[in-house]
Amino acid sequence: MIAFAIRRLFQALGVMIVVALISFMMFRFVGDPVNQLVGVDTSPAQREALRQALGLNDPVLLQFARFVAKAAQFDFGISYQFKQPVASLIASRLPATLELSFMSALFALAVGVPMGVYTGLYRNTLLARAFLAISLIGVSLPTFLIGILLIFIVSVNLGWLPSFGRGDVVSIGGVWTTGLLTKSGLQSLVLPSITLGLFQMTLIMRLVRGEMMEVLRTDYIKFARARGLSRRAINFGHALKNTLVPVITITGLQLGSIIAFAVITETVFQWPGMGLLFLQAVQNVDIPIMAAYLLLIAFLFVVINFIVDLLYVAVDPRIRLDGAAR
Amino acid sequence: MTYATDQESKTAAGAQDDMRPGLARRIADSDIWYSFTRSPLTMISAAVTIVFMLSALFAPLIAPHNPFDPATISIMDSFYPPAWEADGDPRFLLGTDDQGRDVLSAILYGMRISLAVGFASVIFALVVGVTLGLLAGYLGGWVDSVIMRIADVQLTFPAILIALLINGVARAMAGPQSYDKVVFAVLVLSIGLSFWVQYARTVRGSVLVEANKEYVLAARLIGLRPLTIMFKHVLPNVLGPVLVIATINLALAIITEATLSFLGVGVPPTEPSLGTLIRIGNDFLFSGEWWITIFPGIALAVLALAVNLLGDWLRDALNPKLR
Repeated sequence: MIAFAIRRLFQALGVMIVVALISFMMFRFVGDPVNQLVGVDTSPAQREALRQALGLNDPVLLQFARFVAKAAQFDFGISYQFKQPVASLIASRLPATLELSFMSALFALAVGVPMGVYTGLYRNTLLARAFLAISLIGVSLPTFLIGILLIFIVSVNLGWLPSFGRGDVVSIGGVWTTGLLTKSGLQSLVLPSITLGLFQMTLIMRLVRGEMMEVLRTDYIKFARARGLSRRAINFGHALKNTLVPVITITGLQLGSIIAFAVITETVFQWPGMGLLFLQAVQNVDIPIMAAYLLLIAFLFVVINFIVDLLYVAVDPRIRLDGAAR
Repeated sequence: MTYATDQESKTAAGAQDDMRPGLARRIADSDIWYSFTRSPLTMISAAVTIVFMLSALFAPLIAPHNPFDPATISIMDSFYPPAWEADGDPRFLLGTDDQGRDVLSAILYGMRISLAVGFASVIFALVVGVTLGLLAGYLGGWVDSVIMRIADVQLTFPAILIALLINGVARAMAGPQSYDKVVFAVLVLSIGLSFWVQYARTVRGSVLVEANKEYVLAARLIGLRPLTIMFKHVLPNVLGPVLVIATINLALAIITEATLSFLGVGVPPTEPSLGTLIRIGNDFLFSGEWWITIFPGIALAVLALAVNLLGDWLRDALNPKLR
């Protein structure tokens, strides 16, 4: 187990170094960092002085080492468009994105698992077919279109829920803002969470359905039936429990994609999160924000993958043997 | 489609030797055609896809107006609702947008751009992925490790994020003035580069199997160059699964293009794709002009759904193990 963890840790480090290198190259070689910082009337001598002061004349390897060291301390430089430290910009946007992502994952699980169990148990009923059709649409439709349709139906036509922004937010200790404590904040969360979580919901539903169908064929379910256990005990106590390992894994891994896909949902709903910040950075060629976002997302992905890997091994002893053999 | 699987290419080659039945007969006898005629949903999606592609191809002939010709559009015609609404205008079946452009014509022309970018990115991803997969599988060693490591790292991230990043970098390299001229190349590049991994992995896997077969050994024995063996002998035998991935990826590429355009980093409004149309119309959703965004949205949704269903069916039909 420890050897497995250490090997995974080294792999994760490798990925981070590659991403850091890409991020550094973007930062250093795409456009001239000096040009972005000074005005047109700056003399060549002044530019050279700034160049020297920023360490841009040092060997590239040294610059990379410095970049990594700074990034490790959350120092990503100054944003070109906002003229503020990138780290504080991201920190102020992080709560919005994380709250949205968390609620979407919750929605995906809370709706996807029951739908999967139902369609797995009653495969040929009308409702099960309807669920499958919905899941097909959820997979095929682009996220932004789902968002627009929801806004059109629920906000514009029915007028039930707000269509943009976070509503009223409450600040907790000056570092975190939350919309979970106010009515308008909660209302604002509904549509974006559904939009963002729909794809994951269909994924989880299909996964649970497939696993349920597989498990229901196994001998121990037949034996449980022979023992005369109630359907409820069989379906939920025995069958569902055994489908949960892959569900946990996939949900965990999808958490990273949810945070990344938030870019689209945040744009549709004008949600003041990290994704919107990143998109503005892409539009305005704000390299420091792009580089920092890339590193941050990579870090999140790597951490999530690492934890999921470990959980997986801890939950399922069969994998432990495989992992040790590998 | 006739060389879609390994086995089939062999029967096709075998058929050439003896009597060589007509193409129509071969298609009618094939498993694929049988499974096609047994699935009404697939037939509908195929029909929809063909209709969409044809109407995109012949957009200048079918479209009632030319939305890009400033001489024929008039600002006086702006914001007409669809023709069946009370104050609609029979000239504009699906209404007009803020500049008086006919929504139906804009959709037809937009679909052209969406499909063109989609096809181009799929082909680009295919060429890059297949080439790298061939090199990795056939050469092995450090070439293999480097290519597959990059693929692993890239697979960790969602494709849309990669596309956005490449887009941003290309934007920075091109500079704001010349960006509009290269926008299509940048789109194809960013979408293509975010999808190449799948092809590379599939091809590499098949190449590892093929490389040990006798025909490859024979080719090496007579002293052919590795590049010739790779592209002339191994490539045709590993292309089958690649074409299936390409069909499935077409829907994905169209959606990615639409998403990038919607996010404002794709096709510019002067030559709108479906995604750009939806983006433009989105601004008017709240003031009641819903048709400007909803109709292009429906067109995109139906197109993506049909191509997706077709790809799914093709994968299942060619892969009996999955049935």
